[in-house]
Amino acid sequence: MYTQALNTAEADDRSLEDAGRAAQFQARIDAEERIEPNDWMPAAYRKTLTRQISQHAHSEIVGMLPEGNWITRAPSLRRKAALLAKVQDECGHGLYLYAAAETLGTSREELVDAMLAGKAKYSSIFNYPTLTWADIGTIGWLVDGAAIMNQIPLCRCSYGPYARAMIRVCKEESFHQRQGYEIMLTLCRGSDEQKAMAQDALDRWWWPVLMMFGPPDATSQHSDTSTKWKIKRFSNDELRQKFVDATVPQAQYLGLTIPDPGMIQDAEGHWRYSEIDWTEFKQVLAGNGPCNRDRMAARRKSHDEGAWVREAAAVYAAKRQARQTAQAAE
Amino acid sequence: MPAANIEVSETPLVLYALRRADDALILGHRLSEWCGHAPMMEEDMALSNIALDLIGQARELYTYAAKAEGKDNDEDKLAYLRDVRQYRNLLLVEQPNGDFAQTLVRQFFYSAFADLYWRAMMTSRDATLAAIAAKSEKESAYHLRHASEWIIRLGDGTDESHRRAQAAVDHLWAFTGEMFAVDDGERALIHAGIAIDPGTLRGRWLTTLSDVVGEATLTLPQNDWMQQGGRAGRHSEHLGHLLSELQSMQRTFPGQTW
Repeated sequence: MYTQALNTAEADDRSLEDAGRAAQFQARIDAEERIEPNDWMPAAYRKTLTRQISQHAHSEIVGMLPEGNWITRAPSLRRKAALLAKVQDECGHGLYLYAAAETLGTSREELVDAMLAGKAKYSSIFNYPTLTWADIGTIGWLVDGAAIMNQIPLCRCSYGPYARAMIRVCKEESFHQRQGYEIMLTLCRGSDEQKAMAQDALDRWWWPVLMMFGPPDATSQHSDTSTKWKIKRFSNDELRQKFVDATVPQAQYLGLTIPDPGMIQDAEGHWRYSEIDWTEFKQVLAGNGPCNRDRMAARRKSHDEGAWVREAAAVYAAKRQARQTAQAAE
Repeated sequence: MPAANIEVSETPLVLYALRRADDALILGHRLSEWCGHAPMMEEDMALSNIALDLIGQARELYTYAAKAEGKDNDEDKLAYLRDVRQYRNLLLVEQPNGDFAQTLVRQFFYSAFADLYWRAMMTSRDATLAAIAAKSEKESAYHLRHASEWIIRLGDGTDESHRRAQAAVDHLWAFTGEMFAVDDGERALIHAGIAIDPGTLRGRWLTTLSDVVGEATLTLPQNDWMQQGGRAGRHSEHLGHLLSELQSMQRTFPGQTW
């Protein structure tokens, strides 16, 4: 890839990570300056961002599978085209994010290989199945809605390429979210059967979506340094609460019931949700979600079955280059 | 409302639009099956893009077929409530994706035709068809470029890619003749200046093919036996399965708005 153009060798030299540089770096972050690929950065900052951006990219790519599951069965031509365009957008986000991660010195191939080897994570939400058409509406409304809550603050992330990628990604995600909500609205204004389908999807997705914001603040591992480096600007619980407060009125407008009988609105207007079942979260994270194995198997299958195509493209490109060089020499 | 098949009054103009709409929808559907499963992300994007263009063409052509028919059919009824015997697409476009070579050779054969066809159709006396042709031609030119580049890469790539590409050419060749065939109803439209005669495009189509296939170090089959039947609803066994998936929601939940 193009990573060799960057000054990563310098940054890898730990001896240069002297206290002065680190202080200077932190001062830039505190002054809300953007860190760019060729700037000096602490190795841990590079590592944290590479992990976060690549996980984000993997999530976009794996996230194509549950929604792609309905492209061939979308109920109208308009929905089919919109869903296909949406899943294509997710792929674009993945590519865009891998490119942002590459500016930190790791190639896309390496990052993808780590994911296929099960060494890198992707968002757990995609380990749940899409059983009905209403799941497509719900994913747009809630999963993309939760993603936006997480990602809007990332548009101000201290690392320039990531922040810029997120601006574009957020614009598209917000369109997807409205599209998902519109699917739900159509179902909820439709027949009893359609409304039941919408409620069933909300029932299944609600809790997993709340888990998307990550473990409660009290147990979160990465937050402190990420906050200091202005990669993360709000805590998991803050974002989760923001999301719930925004979503409850939307569910009410649809006439759907949030599957949390214990939920109450407090004096300040916040919707207080019941305790989340973190055992389920840990199980899905550990590979025991309903679709973990299917998702990884599907990604590996595409990768393995596509190997001969990628090889052919590389061999042809080399042949062509050699011919052009030979021609130029004549 | 039951999910029974609709009836379509297939006047020559309705049938004409339906045939092209079915080509575009079925090929678009096939390409959409790759989304999320392509050999590289760039191709997930490219194949989805082409699928979107084709589904867009299908929607315009169905809408026009419904208008020409003048009953209460619409794009979705035409797509979702006709059975395999009522579909009018070419046998070529319903052939399964197979490996990447088979998908790209299928696309190459079709796009090399569609590019010429829609360019010629821009002169149609039917203003709607001429407008659809103008848009489709721009898209088809890009699809042809994409497919041609892949045929060359695969043919002139590795031994394996060469073998797979040649196998796909040999396998799909017999489905190409149907693109140039014309029946009596369509002949009347040709005489009226509404449609063009696809038979007149075969020479140029072969030239495009020979150029690309030659550069790809592949060869075109010599046999000229061609399969026919798609235009009259006599399909391969593959189409029924495709339709059962495509139409499953409309058939299971009849008469609802999505």
